Amino acid sequence: MTEAELLVAITPIFRDAFSDDHFVPTMSLSAKDVPGWDSYKQVNILIALEEKFGVKFRSREIDKLANIGDLVRLLGEKLGG
Amino acid sequence: MRPVARPARFRHTSKMPALTWLPTHPDWPAALKAAEASPSLENLTTLAHCNLDFIRTDRLDRLIERVDLNASSPYPTIRLAVLGSATTAHLAGAIRVAGLRHGLAISLYQGEYGQYAQDLLAPDPALAAFRPDFLLLALDGYHLASLDPAAMRARLHQIWHAAAQLGARVIQQTGLPVHPAQLGQNEFLLNSPSSALTQLNRMLREDAPDHHVLLLTIDEEAARHGLDGFHSRTIWHRAKQEISPAAAPYYGDLVARLIAAARGKSAKCLVLDLDNTLWGGVIGDDGLDGIVLGQGSAEGEAFVAIQAYAKALSQRGIALAVCSKNDEANARAPFENHPEMVLKLSDIACFVANWNDKATNIRAIAKSLNLGLEAMAFLDDNPAERALVRRELPMVRVFEMPEEPALVADCIAQSGWFESVALTEDDRNRAAQYAANAARAALQQTVTDIETYLSSLAMRLVWRRFDRVGLTRIAQLVNKTNQFNLTTQRYSEAEIAAMIDAPDWLGLQFRLVDSFGDNGMIGIVLLRGTGATLDIDSWLMSCRVLGRRVEQAMLAVTAEVARARGAMRLRGRFVASGRNEMVRDHYEKLGFAPEPDGFALLDLARYTPPLLPMMIEDEP
Repeated sequence: MTEAELLVAITPIFRDAFSDDHFVPTMSLSAKDVPGWDSYKQVNILIALEEKFGVKFRSREIDKLANIGDLVRLLGEKLGG
Repeated sequence: MRPVARPARFRHTSKMPALTWLPTHPDWPAALKAAEASPSLENLTTLAHCNLDFIRTDRLDRLIERVDLNASSPYPTIRLAVLGSATTAHLAGAIRVAGLRHGLAISLYQGEYGQYAQDLLAPDPALAAFRPDFLLLALDGYHLASLDPAAMRARLHQIWHAAAQLGARVIQQTGLPVHPAQLGQNEFLLNSPSSALTQLNRMLREDAPDHHVLLLTIDEEAARHGLDGFHSRTIWHRAKQEISPAAAPYYGDLVARLIAAARGKSAKCLVLDLDNTLWGGVIGDDGLDGIVLGQGSAEGEAFVAIQAYAKALSQRGIALAVCSKNDEANARAPFENHPEMVLKLSDIACFVANWNDKATNIRAIAKSLNLGLEAMAFLDDNPAERALVRRELPMVRVFEMPEEPALVADCIAQSGWFESVALTEDDRNRAAQYAANAARAALQQTVTDIETYLSSLAMRLVWRRFDRVGLTRIAQLVNKTNQFNLTTQRYSEAEIAAMIDAPDWLGLQFRLVDSFGDNGMIGIVLLRGTGATLDIDSWLMSCRVLGRRVEQAMLAVTAEVARARGAMRLRGRFVASGRNEMVRDHYEKLGFAPEPDGFALLDLARYTPPLLPMMIEDEP
């Protein structure tokens, strides 16, 4: 999957998580830009992504994430991109 | 080209406990949009009755918050305080959604992280002002093992007492076995956190009834679904959530079903479809001898297991009803005449078989049993019937029945729809029966006189001639029995079917019932001939009834049948197969006289059956 395809694939999870069907994730977006994106939401999103893509994130990998772009690139690596 | 070694992809498939007894929604985005446009209680409840993951459950919860449940709903308001030793805030949404699913408007008070003891013992005025009806003590396994079991037990008693003074009924979560074992399987030998939790969990079960405490047995759920489904160490270190957010919908349901049970809102009647639900096949098309039920096939045994589970539920006070699209006579036939049916007509409180739609019939059943529709739970293999009942009667609980019959009893059990928190009169009677059975087993150990033991088993040997209903099991016994088998003659099902009406063949099938239950068909005697001497072509028996004098009783039956046919003698022989040594002297032991040609003869005029420790019944 390309990064653009991954962005599309992760969109429903963000929309359900923020109860916002118009939410559009972008590569540069980070938690501080989005109201309600707290650490609890962060854990939920990561678990939902793990379930959806059948991957597991390591603690160290999660600690390094700064924005959605980092997340998409990490997912891409794990999916063997 | 040289093969390139690639690192194994770090794939992972976790098995989260899910609400598998509920249907998945066919079009969640559309349903959500509709519910957001008009967040009525009815719309939200319909969504709550779906198998939702945790993200969607939380989203539904945010919609519920927009509706004033207390003002508008017919559901009773339950004030639930959740006090934890770690983070529990992520469970709140799932608990509220599960409440809706169980007909409860749950209003939540959340304690501060790790403050449960201070909240209760200090006591926190805000908590007292909330006046909780129930108080969930969600203490994590790390915390519960931080004191030695006796000290933790004493502390919990104190906490429970304080909660009771607030007027709240305590729901105590048992310890989730989060600790890695140090010793291994025999961990209990060591004084370790893991063994401390095992001990504490045992103590909780001893103490709960006396303290009027309800247990949320998360340890047993973990045993069923796997610890990893509930607990992730990665998440524990990051967020101090003992229960993984992904398991929240299941956990929320465990909480809500306990409250529902304590408030008498569990289902009280299991409504059963028949064809492909209680047996395989369609009775109206396949007939009594064509339906799949009982020993002889894996599927047949799976349907027996479903019936046995339904029967067990009925014995603890759950009413059973039948709701089938069938001619009534067809629908009743297996209950009356199929020997493998566990459920009998007397187990069914209300029997409805006609061609009306099932919603109408379920309404009629509820009325005749004087139960509300919300007390009905409906089991049907047909997705169209399930969809109709869900649409017409949204208050009726409809199992998303697994296509594999072997999984159905678990589906019913996991739904929690029949959750009970107290024993009924029926349960207590049942407990008395169990005690009697245990006494019987103990008898075997203390009684040295085998005859006394055998009579105490209250055995009944039930026999009938070969028939089509028994065909599959007969063929299975004939072709699989190796040890207790005199001639090891094999016959196909078709050959056996041809013997049923053939004048020179006479087949007898035997089943043994004892105080522990029905052992099913356990023996075959196949006779051939029409003259003065009847040949025993085959004689075989299941080894699980060895040593009970069943073979002597089989001979008593065989001799009587042979006499009735005008025979003077029975003639049998042993044919060594390499695996049937145990019956080499079978005929001699039964009093047959050996002949020079290798056969053994029994003179029927001189044969009288011995006194036997069992009743012999001729099944019509």
